[in-house]
Amino acid sequence: MSVIEARFGARDAKLSGAVEMIHGAGGRATAELIRTLFRRHLDNPLLAQGNDQAAFAVEAGRMVMTTDAHVIAPLFFPGGDIGSLAVHGTINDVAMAGARPLYLSAAFVLEEGFPLADLDRIVASMAAASRAAGVPIVTGDTKVVEKGKGDGVFITTTGIGVVPEGVEISGDRARPGDVVLLSGSIGDHGIAVLSKRENLTFETEILSDSAALHTLVAEMVAAVPGIRVLRDPTRGGLGATLNEIAQQSRVGIRLEEAAIPIKPDVSAACELLGLDPLYIANEGKLIAIAPPDKAQLLLAAMRAHPLARDAAIIGEATQDPHAFVQMRTRFGGNRMVDWLAGDPLPRIC
Amino acid sequence: MKFVDEFRDQALAMGLAAAIAREAVPARRYSIMEFCGGHTHAIFRYGVHDLMPENVGFVHGPGCPVCVLPIGRIDNALELAEEHGVILCSYGDMLRVPASKRRSLLKAKAEGADVRMVYSVDDALRIARGNPSREVVFFAIGFETTTPPTAVALRTAKAEGLKNFSVFCNHVLTPAALNHLLTAAGLDVDAFIGPSHVSSVIGSRPYEYFTETFHRPVVIAGFEPLDVMQAALMAIRQLNEGRAEVENQYIRVVTRDGNRKARTIVDEVFERREGFEWRGLGAVPDSALRIRDSYAAFDAEKRFSIVTRSAPDAKSCECAEILRGAKKPVDCKLFGKGCTPDSPVGSCMVSSEGACAAYWTYGRFRQEAA
Repeated sequence: MSVIEARFGARDAKLSGAVEMIHGAGGRATAELIRTLFRRHLDNPLLAQGNDQAAFAVEAGRMVMTTDAHVIAPLFFPGGDIGSLAVHGTINDVAMAGARPLYLSAAFVLEEGFPLADLDRIVASMAAASRAAGVPIVTGDTKVVEKGKGDGVFITTTGIGVVPEGVEISGDRARPGDVVLLSGSIGDHGIAVLSKRENLTFETEILSDSAALHTLVAEMVAAVPGIRVLRDPTRGGLGATLNEIAQQSRVGIRLEEAAIPIKPDVSAACELLGLDPLYIANEGKLIAIAPPDKAQLLLAAMRAHPLARDAAIIGEATQDPHAFVQMRTRFGGNRMVDWLAGDPLPRIC
Repeated sequence: MKFVDEFRDQALAMGLAAAIAREAVPARRYSIMEFCGGHTHAIFRYGVHDLMPENVGFVHGPGCPVCVLPIGRIDNALELAEEHGVILCSYGDMLRVPASKRRSLLKAKAEGADVRMVYSVDDALRIARGNPSREVVFFAIGFETTTPPTAVALRTAKAEGLKNFSVFCNHVLTPAALNHLLTAAGLDVDAFIGPSHVSSVIGSRPYEYFTETFHRPVVIAGFEPLDVMQAALMAIRQLNEGRAEVENQYIRVVTRDGNRKARTIVDEVFERREGFEWRGLGAVPDSALRIRDSYAAFDAEKRFSIVTRSAPDAKSCECAEILRGAKKPVDCKLFGKGCTPDSPVGSCMVSSEGACAAYWTYGRFRQEAA
């Protein structure tokens, strides 16, 4: 009986036991872990070949490639877990070039002692996310580090995709006068995760918005091939992402606070903690920048998709040598939306 | 969101702006100090400046708990974490404030010291219970708002007989600071917007002394932008009518006597220090609290024989003048050059309640446009 099967008992029984150093040693235990856990969930023809790489035919045109390391505490949060997040995050990074994602790879760094049952849940969740998105994980790697040298599990996913003919989307293409659109409410992911942090548990119904956005992007690109910029406002939130775009494109951005969708629960949690929702992470939202004459068409295409029903026009790009992001507040005044220094911190007084 | 949006309502703001424009006599200047960093933050975050007439100006006060702590005390905290090897628990902002030699608790943490960010003193208690073999010190800072929770934690620790928990007490007092500003520091402003959360604890009564002695109106106000504007209007009316009274705009929270229960607990645990050094204000008599002898076992200063040495602020740093209301952040040579929120030289650039950070983060476009 193999090391893993000994812990599995029957094949479908709940996994028990924990990750051991031997699982990363490259011997039989590693192979068994791959066979009985990773390959069992992530099953697809390319992975089933059992090679150290996946070989596939390529299409003509431009390809995109991206990689993303996922570390998150807690590993399981309302609306997702590190597994689904690792799939969605990388699919979204591919999609933000207007590309159709093709394949993913996944590398796992496991900490000795990590419960196999949790790993099983995470890999099952990755498999479900990847299947739902139609983007298979075709190659991967696993390493084990000693207890205390990791944080349970780190997952790095890499994705590749193909850009449709005539689409050229890049963070440096915003022009003064362009319109800024947002696909839905901000802050859901960050607040859902924060609500389960060990030192900050609070009651909320908010779920992470973690989702794969490539089908939304496909609809958007089909409606308006001339979209200039797409980006998902993940870590650092809307504030940081808009600053990145402003810097890359050397334009200013003016926002209307009243137009930015935000759920009352998220707003309440931010008030309570003294956080600014503009800097809270999202994992299933995107920012689009398009020429003004295409804005309404794009907005309609977005609203027709289930992941962007609450899409809104939130501002415009302006001529500004300082590349400042500014906002007209709901209150009627003006403020900057600056980069955040360090992590968002609750206020003291 | 209910009970929040109402206090940020644009139509009401426009109404107040119109009233202020009507009341403010064009021929005179109105210089109003908002004592609290919370007010400074609201003014900048909501762009209250844009709704005020030219001749009504805000002067930012020293009511930012992180900003007023002198470097010597942060050096002490570093000493606790590094030399005494304790688990040092602190509010987030405190971790980034530069100490001597531009060190900080965050840098100490990166070098291996066990410094933990907590959201409340309760977290520190929990850490102490979970690590019985380690010394756990809570780096207590703040005005009267954060003092009662620290007092409750000390009572809890005593009741539970926690052997490994202590508090490094840096709680300071608002009335003493106000008094110092108006006497020794020679502050010249027309009126004050009084603290909101602090006043919920101490009440409005302690300010009556100032209006009587110094003849400057004090209007206690909440931290929402409409609160600030309404308080400004009330202060302008007092000035126009030659009155100098304590008025309470924040009636939904503040009473004349404040929170007696909280003050009773504070009095049981803390007593006044004869003097305490403030960044910007220097040594201010009767301006801070220390832990009473009956709680001496939980006093980190006694437990670790802490001695505070006065340490100078960084060269060219104008935090002191800014905290006294004598200079604006943009008057500092380092503002936006050597000193930004990413790489702060002075404490006022660290906290979201600090005047420099508020200018830089929310208001920088005003300088560029000027």
